[in-house]
Amino acid sequence: MTETGSEAVKVMPHDAIVARPTSTFHDIASVAGRAVRAIPREPEAVIPALLVPVFFFVVNTGALQKFTERSHLVTDFKAFQLPVAIVFASTGVSRASALVTDIQGGYFERLLLTPVRRLPLLLGLLVADLVLIVALTIPVILLGLALGVRFKTGPVGVLVFMVLAGTWGLCFNGFTYAIALKTGNPAAVNSAFVIFFPFAFLTTAFLPKQALTGWLAAVATWNPVTYLLAGLRSLVLTGWDGRALLEAGAAIAAVGVVSLSLSIAALKSRVTLR
Amino acid sequence: MTAASIEAHDLARRFGDTEAVCGVHLEIRPGEIYGFLGPNGAGKSTTVRMLCTLLAPTGGEATVAGFDVRRDPGAVRLRIGVALQDAALDDKQTGRELLRLQGRLFGLPRADIDRRLEELSALIDIGDALDRRIGTYSGGMKRRLDLAAALVHNPVVLFLDEPTTGLDPVSRTRVWSEVRRLNTELGMTIFLTTQYLEEADELADRVGIIDRGTIVAEGTPTELKRRIGADVIIAEITGDHSVAEAALRGVDGVENVVLHGDELTIRATRGDAAIGPVAIALHDCGVGVRALTLRTPTLDDVFLEVTGGHIREAES
Repeated sequence: MTETGSEAVKVMPHDAIVARPTSTFHDIASVAGRAVRAIPREPEAVIPALLVPVFFFVVNTGALQKFTERSHLVTDFKAFQLPVAIVFASTGVSRASALVTDIQGGYFERLLLTPVRRLPLLLGLLVADLVLIVALTIPVILLGLALGVRFKTGPVGVLVFMVLAGTWGLCFNGFTYAIALKTGNPAAVNSAFVIFFPFAFLTTAFLPKQALTGWLAAVATWNPVTYLLAGLRSLVLTGWDGRALLEAGAAIAAVGVVSLSLSIAALKSRVTLR
Repeated sequence: MTAASIEAHDLARRFGDTEAVCGVHLEIRPGEIYGFLGPNGAGKSTTVRMLCTLLAPTGGEATVAGFDVRRDPGAVRLRIGVALQDAALDDKQTGRELLRLQGRLFGLPRADIDRRLEELSALIDIGDALDRRIGTYSGGMKRRLDLAAALVHNPVVLFLDEPTTGLDPVSRTRVWSEVRRLNTELGMTIFLTTQYLEEADELADRVGIIDRGTIVAEGTPTELKRRIGADVIIAEITGDHSVAEAALRGVDGVENVVLHGDELTIRATRGDAAIGPVAIALHDCGVGVRALTLRTPTLDDVFLEVTGGHIREAES
């Protein structure tokens, strides 16, 4: 006799269903999949991240284009500003707030009760961040192209441009995840943008380095964003420049070593049995 | 001999100067439902968190499903399901997404996850809401989804921390029958903490009562109730309590008297024979009697006997 409905469901054998260890890649993909699905469900987090770089691009261009071009500081200020907009689009866009929500709501603990490896709990979020950052850079690049900016390095240069921006975004996010994991406090995570200010403004964001003077020139020399912007600008304005790209990569790596070490230490501190 | 599903020896946990759990011994057999009773602060949740690998013991040792919670927590996690006291869910996901993710994290192939979702949908009983975001669920729906998430991977040992708190009576009955089914059909060992004594009475094969970090009583519900005596008489009185207590101790058939607030709990070998003399003794010593009740012992009486308070009062 064939059983139907809920009774049939109840007598289904479970024997074959057994939990088993998974690979690190599987764990990262699982965590990242959830985080990526959540992105379009939080437009309040995504829309400002898109509007801010567009706003700065438009305002900076409107305010400084004539001045910088007439004084021969730069030849094409829109092209000079596009990397700044990209850095604004890719910096500080992260799932750190969602992580804090998980910590406070207990869902993070539920994840800890599964056999998932602990590092993928962070790496999966970084993968989702990369997806979001790339998604945010596309409209900004399209805006630049629509306004007449052209990449001297062509389509491959655009790809390298996006890779540098994405990698920078991930490395910067190490700071926000370190704060999220260490404090579990949404206010602390929201205030992480304070770290962004010196990185973004004490540099060559608005004028080339030779136009900076005094302490600002000195700080800009030590600011890794200066070298990131130089690498990105080389792709747009001057063509393939190995030295500029290497310096940009080194600057990103230096920030990444510090920020990701902090975030991994904070993760370890939170998940270690005490 | 079959190894215990959960075993603990001198399990202890200290937070600074506070000893939250001190020397807990447990031996829970495979396929057993173990009810763990105790008020907030008794060490109940701390014990559960150590057994679930969320908290490291500061003393003693424990194994779950044959694996040491401290030395091999990954192996323990593969074999346990946990529904903690507060439903820990992600409001942004749908119920289906949450269960699928849970299945993936436990390494289940897609086909097995599909099968488990079909099976568990009967337990969750939320119909199309399974595809709605969890943020739109009621408290009861969240509790049931939380339980389902603990069961996706068909665990060997299931920890249920107050699984029916906040549920309406119908949902509570449904969870009870599911707990019984999991135990009888699948032989799942279930460690159930609860503040509902009737829940422990209804479901548990054995009950442990924890108070101030130590297990103060353990046994089957019947064994524990037998400790109290055959019957219990409850007298709500006004007037001089100590006089009443002294008067009752001299009544034939009365085994013990416990005073708690305005309530006297009187243990008697034969309640039907003792209730008359009890009423007379109370009248003769000059106290007022608001109510006099005769009943068989409950786990609450056991709790009162071993901890000196009712579980509800201890909770508050």
